Amino acid sequence: MASALALRRKGANAVFVAFCAVMTFLALGLLVMILYSLLKNGLGGLDSKVFTMTTPPPGEAGGLINAITGSLIMCAIGMVAAIVIGIPAGTWLAEYGGDSLYAKVVRFLNDVLLSAPSILIGLFVYEIMVKPLHGFSAIAGGAALALVAVPVITRATEDVLKLQPSSLRESGVALGTPLSTTIRNIIWRAASSGIATAGLLAFARISGETAPLLFTSLGDQFQNWNLMKPTAALPQVIYQFAMSPYDDWRRLAWVGAILVTGAVLATQIIARIIIREPDRQ
Amino acid sequence: MTISAAPFISTAIGPPRRGGLDQLFKMLCFSAATALLAALTGVIVSLAIGGWPAFKAFGWRFFTNTTWNPVTDVFGGLGPIVGTLVTACLSLLFALPTAFGVSIFLVEFAPRAIRQPIATAIQLLAGIPSVVYGMWGLFVFAPFFAAHVQLPLAMAATPGSLLDKLTSGVPNGANIFTASIILAIMILPYMAAIFRELLLSVPTQLRESAYGMGATSLEAVWKVLLPFIRRSAVGAVMLGLGRALGETMAVTFIIGNSHELPKSLFDSGSTIASTIANEFTEATSAMHYSALIALGLVLFMITFVVLGIARVLLGALKTY
Repeated sequence: MASALALRRKGANAVFVAFCAVMTFLALGLLVMILYSLLKNGLGGLDSKVFTMTTPPPGEAGGLINAITGSLIMCAIGMVAAIVIGIPAGTWLAEYGGDSLYAKVVRFLNDVLLSAPSILIGLFVYEIMVKPLHGFSAIAGGAALALVAVPVITRATEDVLKLQPSSLRESGVALGTPLSTTIRNIIWRAASSGIATAGLLAFARISGETAPLLFTSLGDQFQNWNLMKPTAALPQVIYQFAMSPYDDWRRLAWVGAILVTGAVLATQIIARIIIREPDRQ
Repeated sequence: MTISAAPFISTAIGPPRRGGLDQLFKMLCFSAATALLAALTGVIVSLAIGGWPAFKAFGWRFFTNTTWNPVTDVFGGLGPIVGTLVTACLSLLFALPTAFGVSIFLVEFAPRAIRQPIATAIQLLAGIPSVVYGMWGLFVFAPFFAAHVQLPLAMAATPGSLLDKLTSGVPNGANIFTASIILAIMILPYMAAIFRELLLSVPTQLRESAYGMGATSLEAVWKVLLPFIRRSAVGAVMLGLGRALGETMAVTFIIGNSHELPKSLFDSGSTIASTIANEFTEATSAMHYSALIALGLVLFMITFVVLGIARVLLGALKTY
C-alpha cells in the first residue's frame, strides 16, 4: 500500500542515496582535477635539465637537482633517526609498557604529536638547533623531519607488535630464551612487513613536508653536500618558486610538484600493496 | 627440622633473564619512549621560553588586540587567532557532510567491486602534499572561484544587504572562504577513512535488525548506525579539526595574508600557522620574533586540547 508516509520515506531515502553518491563523486572529481592540473602545468617542463641543473636565477635555464638531492638527504637523515627511536619506542609500548600509567602517558602524547602542526616542530628545531649552532643546515632539516616521522613509526610498530599472537612469545619463553631475544628474533621478524609499511608511510609523509623545513634547512640556490650548510628541498623550492612573480620559476614549481606528488603517491601505493588490506564486507 | 624449598625450582614467573643484555635492551626501548616524551615537553618549553617576552610585554592584550605592526613593535594576535578558528570551523562545515556521504556510500551503497578502489583513490587525496594543494588553490581554484562565484555574487548583492556584507572583498579568490575549502579537501580523506572504519565496525546483527524492521537505508543509517558510532565519530571530527587548525602551507598560499580581523567571508585574513610561515625568517626585531613564537604556543595549546579530546573519544582506533 503506497501511502503518503511510505512515499515520503522512499523519497527521503532516494535523496539520501543520491547525496552520498554525489559526495563520493565530488571527492573523486577533486582528485582527478588536482592530478590533471599537475600534469597539464608540469608535464611540459619535465625534461633532462630538471635532473641535471641546479635551481636557476629568474629568467635563466635550470633544473631542480639540488632540491632533489637535498630532499633525499634530509629524508634519509629523518628516516634513520625516526627508525632508531621509533621502533624501540613502539616495542617498549607494546611489549614492556603495557597498561602502566607511564605507557599511557607516552602513548597519548605520541598520538598528539602524530597530528601536531608540523610548523611548530620547525619552530622547536629552530630554537634548539639552528639558533645555538648559528645557522640553518641539512642536519636541522633532517631532525625536524625525524620529529614528524617518529610518532608515525612508533604508533605503527606498537600496533603491529600487538597483533602478533601471544603464542609466539610463549614459544620463546618455553625455549628458555630471554625476552629481549624473543622480541628481536621472533616478534620483530614476524612483524617485519608491518614495520616496513610503517616506514614507507612515514617516508611518504615527510617527503612532502614543507613547513618544518622553512626555518631549519632554509634552502639554497646551489648544489650543496655539506650537512652543516643551508640546503634546498623540493617542497621548499616549490613554495618559493610558486609564490614568485616569475613565469619560468612557476613552471619549475609545477614540475617539482609532479615529482613530489608522484613520489608520495607511489610510496603510498607500494605500502598499500604490502599491507594488502583484506576485502571486508 | 626446617623445610627449605628445593634450590633448583625457580619461583620467578615469566621468561628467563639473561642478566645484562636483556636489561640493556629493555632500557634502550624505555629510553626511546622517554625521548618521545622529552620531545613533546621540549616543544612546549621552548615555545614558552621563546614567546615569554611577548606575553610579558603585551599581557592579555596579546589576545585581544588586532594591531600587528612590526614597525612600531606592537603585536596583538587576535587577527591570526580568529582567522585560525574561523577557517578550521568553516572547513569542518564543508568536510563533515562530504566525509559522511563518502563513507556511507562506500559501506552501504556502492557495488562491492568498486568499494576498495574508490576508498583507495580517496585516500590518495591524503597523500598529495600540502604545498601542492596550495599551488592548486592559488593558480587553479582561486581564479575559478573569483570569476564564477565571487564576481556574480558581488553583482547580484544589493549594497548594504546581508549577502553584500558576507561577500564583500577583493574579487581575487584569495580569502578565508577559499582557504577553508582547500582545508576541507585536505581533511576530507582522514575523516572519511575513520568514518568508514567505524561504520564497518558496527555489528552485522544491528544493521540486519534495522533492515528487518523495515527501515529504509536512511533510517538505518540515521537511527541505528550513527548513534552506535557517535562517540568515536565526534573523535574523528575533532581529529579533522586539529589537522585543519595547524595546516600551514596550503593556507599560506591562498588566505591573502592580512592581519586584520576578517570583515566578511570573502575577505583576506591570516592564520597563526600562515603568519609564522610568512614572517619568521624575516622577523625584524626580537619582539617580532618572540610574538611569532608566542602565537605558535597559542596554536599548540589549541591543537593539544582538540587532539587530546579526539584521542580520548577515539580510543585505540588506528588513525595514522
